[in-house]
Amino acid sequence: MTPTYYLVLAAILFTIGAVGVLVRRNAIVVFMCIELMLNSVNLTLVTFARINGTVDGQIMAFFVMVVAAAEVVVGLAIIMSIYRTRRSASVDDANLLKY
Amino acid sequence: MPDLSAPSISYVGLAPVLIVLAAACLGVLIEAFAPRHLRWNVQVALALLGTVGALVAVVLVAGRNELTAARAVAVDGTALFLEGTIAALGALSILMFAERALDPAKSAFVASAALPVGSSADRKLAAAPYSQTEVFPLASFAIGGMMLFAASNNLLVMFVALEVLSLPLYLICGMARRRRLLSQESAVKYFLLGSFASAFFLYGLALIYGFSGSVDLGEIRESAARSGSSDALFVTGLALLIVGLLFKAGIAPFHAWTPDVYQGAPTPVTALMAACTKVAAFGAILRLLYVGFGTSEWTWRPLIYSIAIVSMVVGAILGITQTDVKRMLAYSSIAHAGFLLVGVIALGDAATAGRGLSSTLFYLLTYGLTTVGGFAVVTLVRDGDGEATHLSKWAGLASRSPLTAAVMTLFLLGLAGLPLTSGFTGKFAVFRAAIDDGAWPLVVIALLASAIAAFFYLRLVVLMYFSPPAEDGPTVGVPGLPTTIVLAVTAAATLILGLAPNAVLDLAEQAAVLVG
Repeated sequence: MTPTYYLVLAAILFTIGAVGVLVRRNAIVVFMCIELMLNSVNLTLVTFARINGTVDGQIMAFFVMVVAAAEVVVGLAIIMSIYRTRRSASVDDANLLKY
Repeated sequence: MPDLSAPSISYVGLAPVLIVLAAACLGVLIEAFAPRHLRWNVQVALALLGTVGALVAVVLVAGRNELTAARAVAVDGTALFLEGTIAALGALSILMFAERALDPAKSAFVASAALPVGSSADRKLAAAPYSQTEVFPLASFAIGGMMLFAASNNLLVMFVALEVLSLPLYLICGMARRRRLLSQESAVKYFLLGSFASAFFLYGLALIYGFSGSVDLGEIRESAARSGSSDALFVTGLALLIVGLLFKAGIAPFHAWTPDVYQGAPTPVTALMAACTKVAAFGAILRLLYVGFGTSEWTWRPLIYSIAIVSMVVGAILGITQTDVKRMLAYSSIAHAGFLLVGVIALGDAATAGRGLSSTLFYLLTYGLTTVGGFAVVTLVRDGDGEATHLSKWAGLASRSPLTAAVMTLFLLGLAGLPLTSGFTGKFAVFRAAIDDGAWPLVVIALLASAIAAFFYLRLVVLMYFSPPAEDGPTVGVPGLPTTIVLAVTAAATLILGLAPNAVLDLAEQAAVLVG
């Protein structure tokens, strides 16, 4: 099985994530789409590590996981605080700042 | 089994970053162990010690040119100049964080960020004289990340530094004491769009790793020179990296978050973001483009060229339509980011090497100082509901407080780039470098955009001096020592860098070295 398939799969997942961020309305779902993008990057990194025959890409995937975990902590705290105030996690309801 | 030996690390060269991050870590411990009544003073002292200490360390290690920690971090003129700039602007922002005299509740930050807005517990704490002192370690972490961001010579370090600077900023954006709904909304918007952009940066990193087998900027340059730069992986990766960085720098067309977040965040935080984040992001852009992709200049040059035009025009024209001072300053920062990109473009030619870089460094310093000053004035003009940021409230401000109006006028003239202010020197240096580099069409557009932008700066000046004051107008608060220091330093810098800029220009000239 050629590693190229994994790269294509990762690109598809990344695109699904990016489109999801743009079209979904719930902040939690938007955030999940961002996590999907980060994980597709992990898949890309590991595949390239395999193609290049080095472990750098696998190590970088660990870095990405750690950063993604830290991002979850911060992100959920922020979404939680706005949800408790507004009783809604919809990004359309957060509309006080404009123009 | 390959030989695994620890890389040699030049702790002296990294000292500026390490000092700030150490202060941040100590701040977390203080938060855990110090009693509440002591925390505020200790945290302020520690955060100031960290940033000022970093500035001193930059001065002491100046002159080194090396790559350290397995080539991951550069310690060169450009990195140290930017680290010094970020540390100085960070110290000024922290002074604004520490202001106790302006808000009746003693602080611009909320007493307890975890409480839902409008709940009975939240209302009870609304006038309580204490606040979340976590903002100081968080700001220190952000400043440390910014300094590392501007110095990283490796895409992975750049990504980690990007997150270290972003995550604390997302949090402190949502911690305003007044108008908490706006503040929380700005935090959500900044967080979602910011992590969206870092995902793009990361995917670009992965593609470049696939292309060159390394994320070291020097090795990327060599493999681009070796195998040409028309590879689809390479071009896509480069484009994604640039998108991620342009977002952080708040450059149109990736600016959508900037006005909302600048308006909603507490004003001291806005000052930190507008000044320091911009400096750090431009440091990373310069290093990425000239160290990592210097041999493939014609791949990115047209892109940066057109983005510079879009950013100048969007910032200047949309700035005119704004009715809120903070949003106006946000669009001003978007236009300034476009002017800075003019300097980035002008780095290219070997004959003029250094001039574009040194003028960009100088411009970043002048822009940062003037912007921090502008936001410091915004914190002074207040009404019953916190800061009065609507333009109509500023009408006739000169008759209420001539000094405040005069200082704000100085900053606005500086941002507009009128002669005898630092903004003029910076713009002149950048535009001259661009003309030397043959980018005169860009300079013509930049001059037109400056003229349009001057309109909305001067409109505020006219409003302050020649409009009758409103009946229920705002009061101008008497600043405590911290904000007074910020205003004095930034106003003096705006004047001095306009009247006698030679010493600092020479310093920027000497610092214009990129190793790697």
